Amino acid sequence: MTAPPSHARAEATLEGGTLTVRIGGEWRITAPHPDWSGVPVDGKPAAVRLVADGLDDWDSSLALFLRAAESWGEQHSVPVRHEGFPAGLVRLAALLAQKAPAAATPHPGLPDLFTAVGTATVALWRETKDLAGLVGECAFSAGRLFRGQAQFRWRDCLHEMQQCGVMSLPIVGLISFLVGVTMAYMGSLIVRQYGGDVWIADMVGVAMTREMGPLMLAIVLAGRTGAAFAATLGNMKANEEIDALETLGVSPVDFLVMPRMAALCFMMPFLALYADTLGILGGMLIAALPPLNIPANLFYAEMQTIVDLSDINTGLIKAATFGLLIGLAGCLRGLQAERSAAGVGQAATRAVVTSLLLIVVANSIYAVVFDILGW
Amino acid sequence: MKTIATRNGTPAIEVEGVECRYGDTVVLENVSFTVKRGEVFFIIGGSGCGKSTLLKHMIGLLPPAQGRVRFAGRDLTAADPAERKALLRTFGVLYQGGALWTSMTVRENVSLPLELFTELTRREREEVVALKLAQVGLAGYEDHYPAEISGGMKKRAGLARALALDPEIVFFDEPSAGLDPITSLKLDELILQLRDTLGTTIVVVSHELASIFGIAERVVMLDRETHGVIAEGDPRELRDRSADGRVRAFLNRREQPQAQEGGGRR
Repeated sequence: MTAPPSHARAEATLEGGTLTVRIGGEWRITAPHPDWSGVPVDGKPAAVRLVADGLDDWDSSLALFLRAAESWGEQHSVPVRHEGFPAGLVRLAALLAQKAPAAATPHPGLPDLFTAVGTATVALWRETKDLAGLVGECAFSAGRLFRGQAQFRWRDCLHEMQQCGVMSLPIVGLISFLVGVTMAYMGSLIVRQYGGDVWIADMVGVAMTREMGPLMLAIVLAGRTGAAFAATLGNMKANEEIDALETLGVSPVDFLVMPRMAALCFMMPFLALYADTLGILGGMLIAALPPLNIPANLFYAEMQTIVDLSDINTGLIKAATFGLLIGLAGCLRGLQAERSAAGVGQAATRAVVTSLLLIVVANSIYAVVFDILGW
Repeated sequence: MKTIATRNGTPAIEVEGVECRYGDTVVLENVSFTVKRGEVFFIIGGSGCGKSTLLKHMIGLLPPAQGRVRFAGRDLTAADPAERKALLRTFGVLYQGGALWTSMTVRENVSLPLELFTELTRREREEVVALKLAQVGLAGYEDHYPAEISGGMKKRAGLARALALDPEIVFFDEPSAGLDPITSLKLDELILQLRDTLGTTIVVVSHELASIFGIAERVVMLDRETHGVIAEGDPRELRDRSADGRVRAFLNRREQPQAQEGGGRR
């Protein structure tokens, strides 16, 4: 166990039943140091003496060693004494010996099934109430807005329109175009088998305007704008900015939620038209290329025979609804966020999940409703 | 007691002609002082004087535009990556809000440096964590997440993490910020206890007069107008006998007639 003087060392010698451990050198927790399990105690000494001998520098690692020696002594009923150690070290070792008191509030473990189901149900009920509460507040706020009594800043609304409208044109355009391309390509594989090449125009036209245009747009904006709403409002909540608004007598729904929802609801139909156009162009491109070889004017003429205003209108109605839902989910999650950096991140994630859920549910409801109305 | 003070005579930290700037804005220039081993040293000054900026330069978060910061004679700014890493491990930092990693429990927070930089076994690590938490008076809170404990406890847990590798120097950024007077006093006592037990060198950035007069052995005072150190020494002596009116005004907590900025924030 001999080592250069600067290294931590613990040398054990057995004399007349007493095991003497000479401890010296520099003990650092970040450097290798002797371990009590390495001390030869097989002879079952009657007593153990720990002696500081040329002890240079020390830290918690030596306290751990002393404590290990003491607990070995307690286990084997062997008295352990130490001599010549600094007072601070002895205090530290004594601190280690103290049993940790039970925490003020015990940390909950995993709940049993009934507790878990119960908690989840209560949480779901609370969520539903929160959502309904925000919808109600938004309705009242909209009433105030139309009567000109809301603390609504048009400048904020225009800024949000720019953010969710103009600024998202590139990504919405790219995705819609590629969706049109994919749809036309996959569709062409089927329709060619029946010789109905030109029907590809009908398929792309109807699918883009009724379903894919608004749906893909909503998914993109849920990730882009809904998450941004949640992050912004969550951050404002963490910074007590929302509290500051409330103490000023300004409703956060009027001031923060309404401009965002109005902006999104207003811009979504325009974005949907844009998405429809780009998607159809994508389909047109694939149709014009081999193996279909359908010229663009033929594609357009064929599409006009089946796509009418009701298809476009249903798409626009859906888009506006999706806009409201994304705004609602984003703002709700932002306002619910915990007041911390992690809370803000969580709010953004939950906003996207909630938006997507609401969008898919609304889309299914619209499918049934439009079918009943014959649109 | 630890014997590092006698082991070699170099000061714990030497700050030599350090210039701190953000872009073209000079915050501090030609700042020089030394911190002796085992001393409780305060960096004080009014709001916006660059205390925290200086701290960031000292702990290597920002590179000084000019000058050097040396730990036990080794230059942090000029060190190669391996030496820099080794140097960074010789000190711990307690950030203003504790800066605990929120996704980990208190135990994991304190244990992470041990996992990364020591060869301790899992059981030994647990023991060190228990020891560190006992040292800061947080025993029993191992399994709590940062969100579940109070602000003062977060700072204590942050201190336990800073102490995990038994650093020779511990930096404190505004330890009393956001704490009530009693909690703040307890933290000050903890700082002194730390120094007395392990001989740790303590560097505190603060403008809290109660702490300054309570535990500081030596201070440097920074000033916003002069972009540098305007006083150095025992705070009690500076309060009563400094030739500089700004220093006396700050330490006596009264407004200085011609000064644009008042004294302490609170």
